[in-house]
Amino acid sequence: MAEEPKRLETPFTSEDVEALRTGDIVRISGAIFTARDAAHARMKESIENGDPLPFDVEGQTIYFTGPAPASPGHVLGPAGPTTSSRMDAYSPLLIERGLRAMIGKGLRSDEVKNSMKEHGCVYFGAVEGTAALLARCVKEVEIIAYEDLGSEAIRKLAVEDFPAVVVNDLYGGDLYVEGREKWRRKARK
Amino acid sequence: MREIPVSEVAQTIRDLCIETNTCLRDDHLSALRKARESEESPLGREVLERLLENADVSCAEGVAFCQDTGYAVFFVELGQEVRFTGGEIGEAINEGVRRGYDEGYLRKSIIKSPVERTNTGDNTPAIVYYDIVPGESLEITALVKGAGCDNMSALKMLTPAEGVEGMKKFIVETIEKAGPNASPPLTVGIGMGGPFEKAAMLAKKALTRTSGEPSHEPGIAALERELLEEINATGIGPAGYGGTETALCVHIESFPTHIAAFPVAVNLDCHSHRTRKAVL
Repeated sequence: MAEEPKRLETPFTSEDVEALRTGDIVRISGAIFTARDAAHARMKESIENGDPLPFDVEGQTIYFTGPAPASPGHVLGPAGPTTSSRMDAYSPLLIERGLRAMIGKGLRSDEVKNSMKEHGCVYFGAVEGTAALLARCVKEVEIIAYEDLGSEAIRKLAVEDFPAVVVNDLYGGDLYVEGREKWRRKARK
Repeated sequence: MREIPVSEVAQTIRDLCIETNTCLRDDHLSALRKARESEESPLGREVLERLLENADVSCAEGVAFCQDTGYAVFFVELGQEVRFTGGEIGEAINEGVRRGYDEGYLRKSIIKSPVERTNTGDNTPAIVYYDIVPGESLEITALVKGAGCDNMSALKMLTPAEGVEGMKKFIVETIEKAGPNASPPLTVGIGMGGPFEKAAMLAKKALTRTSGEPSHEPGIAALERELLEEINATGIGPAGYGGTETALCVHIESFPTHIAAFPVAVNLDCHSHRTRKAVL
């Protein structure tokens, strides 16, 4: 078995994220906000126009996902993480404004990782092929902006024990690099 | 001559869309279980365990295994003795997709054009490839293809001098570059030969093969084994967190090519590998 998970409550303080290390297994409870490509593009536009963001990102967590429609008896359809690198062009703008955590899957650019270290933001990995299980951790859903974007609208999710792993901490740790190096071996010819 | 009403095709496509998205095929589940047994990293085993649990839940509750319910791709083997009645086959397939994605609570992810990025609203158009074959049956293989892993796919026109070694290097490099983005453990579809587009088509079609069943050609089967070994030696592991199971299987489809050519295409499929076949 893997190690015992660390339980975390959102919104996060800087001390909360400072205590995290690459490879930590966590369970997140509290409010998190969904946003992916189209919502990020609109938030960037708001910032450039000097308009307020749809929610104050200070201390908050963004989850890169576009859920499937909810079927009867579910508050949210399956909702696994999408590829985070598509948000690389936008994330530093939000990190500079106090965003404390992101949840997604896949590699981040050096620019994003540097911004995370500088401003105190961590990156959690979730597993895309557990979308139905992840949706079960969501207890309440509220669309707070860009409803016309459908699946890509910004939703405020109340989650309980949402499972994730720390990929990038504040100290330069990177699970995608360290994990690969640890298990890399010579192929038997 | 056999007559098939297109309404029957639409119903079959509707059902295929829902079943393919909610219940993983048994051979893929077996491959995931086998990987769970052999994975050496504890975190990797945990990921595989959760994937299998998700498969149980999605199939039992009739919800999508993954929120990215993808492009709806169909390989149609159409017996030349078949005649469709009551409408047009292409429209019937789109109608089936429309109904399946609506009634199955599946995400509509298709937009009108790469430039004008407006959603078509019903996940159409379906991506359909027809092969005319002898006989009077109609075989439809659905492949639900997410974008995360399709985005990490690649094609290269190798020179004959680069040969098999060049091909292996290109495939492993493509997977190294994809890393966690393609959501491993992967099903790796490889097409080699033909002109440019044939290699890409074969790579996609290779993904629909029974997971882990080797090629019928011994030389190709050996190549599949060698590549699987090399890919799993990368250490990328389940979800890219590090581990010994980066790919579940490698499927190569080969085709004659030109004396001057060695095309190779790699189409990656994520751990949410979803394909099913129906025969009418």
